[in-house]
Amino acid sequence: MTPLLEVHDLHVEIPVPHGHLHAVRGVSLTVDAGESIGIVGESGSGKSITLRALLGLLPQPAQVTKGSIILDGVDVTGLPERRRTKMLTDAMSMVFQDSLTALNPVMRVGDQIAEVPRRRLSMSKSAAHGRAVELMDQVGIPEPERRFRAYPHQLSGGMRQRVCIAIALSAEPRLILADEPTTALDVTIQAQVLAVIDGLRRGRQLGVVLVSHDLAVISQTCSRIYVMYAGRVIESGSIRQLISLARHPYTFALLRAVPDPDLPVHRLLTIPGQPPDLTAVPAGCSFAPRCALAEPACREVDPALMAVPEEPDHGSACIRLETASQWLDWTPVDLPDLLEKT
Amino acid sequence: MTVISVPGSATDTVAPTTRRRRKRNVLLIVGLTLFGLLVLVAILAPVLATHDPIQQDLAHARLAPGSPGHLLGTDELGRDVFSRLLYGARVDLRVGVLAVVSPFIIGTVLGLISGWFGGWLDTLIMRIVDVVIAFPFFVLVIALVFALGAGTGSIYLAITMVGWVAYCRIVRGEVLVAKEQEYSLAARASGLPTWRILFRHLLPNVVLQAIVYSMSDIVLTILAIVTLGYLGLGVPPPTPDWGSMIQDGQQFLLTQWYLATIPGLAVVITGLALALIADGLVERFDRT
Repeated sequence: MTPLLEVHDLHVEIPVPHGHLHAVRGVSLTVDAGESIGIVGESGSGKSITLRALLGLLPQPAQVTKGSIILDGVDVTGLPERRRTKMLTDAMSMVFQDSLTALNPVMRVGDQIAEVPRRRLSMSKSAAHGRAVELMDQVGIPEPERRFRAYPHQLSGGMRQRVCIAIALSAEPRLILADEPTTALDVTIQAQVLAVIDGLRRGRQLGVVLVSHDLAVISQTCSRIYVMYAGRVIESGSIRQLISLARHPYTFALLRAVPDPDLPVHRLLTIPGQPPDLTAVPAGCSFAPRCALAEPACREVDPALMAVPEEPDHGSACIRLETASQWLDWTPVDLPDLLEKT
Repeated sequence: MTVISVPGSATDTVAPTTRRRRKRNVLLIVGLTLFGLLVLVAILAPVLATHDPIQQDLAHARLAPGSPGHLLGTDELGRDVFSRLLYGARVDLRVGVLAVVSPFIIGTVLGLISGWFGGWLDTLIMRIVDVVIAFPFFVLVIALVFALGAGTGSIYLAITMVGWVAYCRIVRGEVLVAKEQEYSLAARASGLPTWRILFRHLLPNVVLQAIVYSMSDIVLTILAIVTLGYLGLGVPPPTPDWGSMIQDGQQFLLTQWYLATIPGLAVVITGLALALIADGLVERFDRT
């Protein structure tokens, strides 16, 4: 079966006054129909840029400099821009982080949902209206007929994010790109919104790419995780593989940074230092300067994503990946048992 | 522990503050009423006027306000000031509003295009704007009217050619902000055609500042017409307009001060009405 979306070695560069900011440095990922994948990483790791590159919505000076995007087995990278944009926007929709800015403040939410059915799928006005109400119902908006006429500022954050999801669905995409869709919401609403997305994925065989810096959110909904650091995927694998034994010190440290309410830990575990300056990436592994386990060799070669022995779908870009089982003994604090809670 | 939950209704409800604010928008109501009255007076000028505004009567020149038959007196040629004021409203409001419409439209469209597409198009448009702005407003308008010949047609054209730059700049700046808002990205992500994104999604969000500016621009335009009239480049006589009335009355400022003051007050009231509307609009629509 050909995957719904395949990305190979994607590079994005942003021209800055002195040189180039290499925001995405060779990201590869695959999404199947009905599959949900997660991209985690800290701010500036290139998660959102990657998503925007997929839809051809990069902020102005940024450019895809290398790599290919393969949609249903068709490489769209070489196509003329107009055609490529059409293919990408036909197949994918995006849900944004802040539902208040993602909705047009001066347009009724119903009209915003009905717009794509009406304009792009050329439905009649009443059919598009019916479609919008139906979508609002599907994403769990009570009294959709009444809410149709509301303006974004009249709805709560959770309702607004549902409207955004309804808008994303209105184009009948096969893939939804969600850029931190729950960051602006409180945890109960967050769970509801994630449940809506997950229900739609099952019901419609939608592919989902969920970007977040919240590991708990990702682990609830995604079957596969890509961990990004400084514009690269440094580890990928199933949620179970990553949580049971992270094969990259960054993932390992990230998991330890999740506070465990059951442990009497008084200090949050953090990763010291700053991500590297992407205008001048140092030689060697980009995480090495912050890595507790770095050795001299780490500062010389930047390892590619390598398959972990005996775990076919698990990849790590660390030269020390085989020693992962001992990392816990080498660093003092216990890893909270995330797996049990998911 | 009791949990109060009202399913559904807790999450929406129209914010009560919006409703309250709408009721209390005194500025907008007063401004609109005042401007409405002015427009009404202009429309009803033939009905309300007591005399023909261009009918001279040298025997009864420069009568004081309150003279029998002449509510606001007569000017140096014996024309009824009250009637001229009413007919002047017709000319000035029409020219003021019309001369703002085309710069508004041209400037807004070019600003949208400039801000949205960026690149060489933006550079080109903004350099033209810079060139126009480099000249003082009045100097350029006067030069253009002079070149085109006096008359309302030339005034429209000259003010359009100079006035659009302000709208272009305002709208472009707003577009630069709005196009990085996620709703613009969302509109692009759903593959809507560019013209639709521009006019349906961006325009309603960026046009407010331009509308607010246009209110004060109408006053400026009326002032420009007044100034042009003063220089003999305005509405050709004997058509009554406030500018030429002020100019004509100016020479009698020491003896018949009201000849220049009455039309001047009309300009002030128009300006006040429009300024109130502008402030009211900001209060009404600005959600920040």
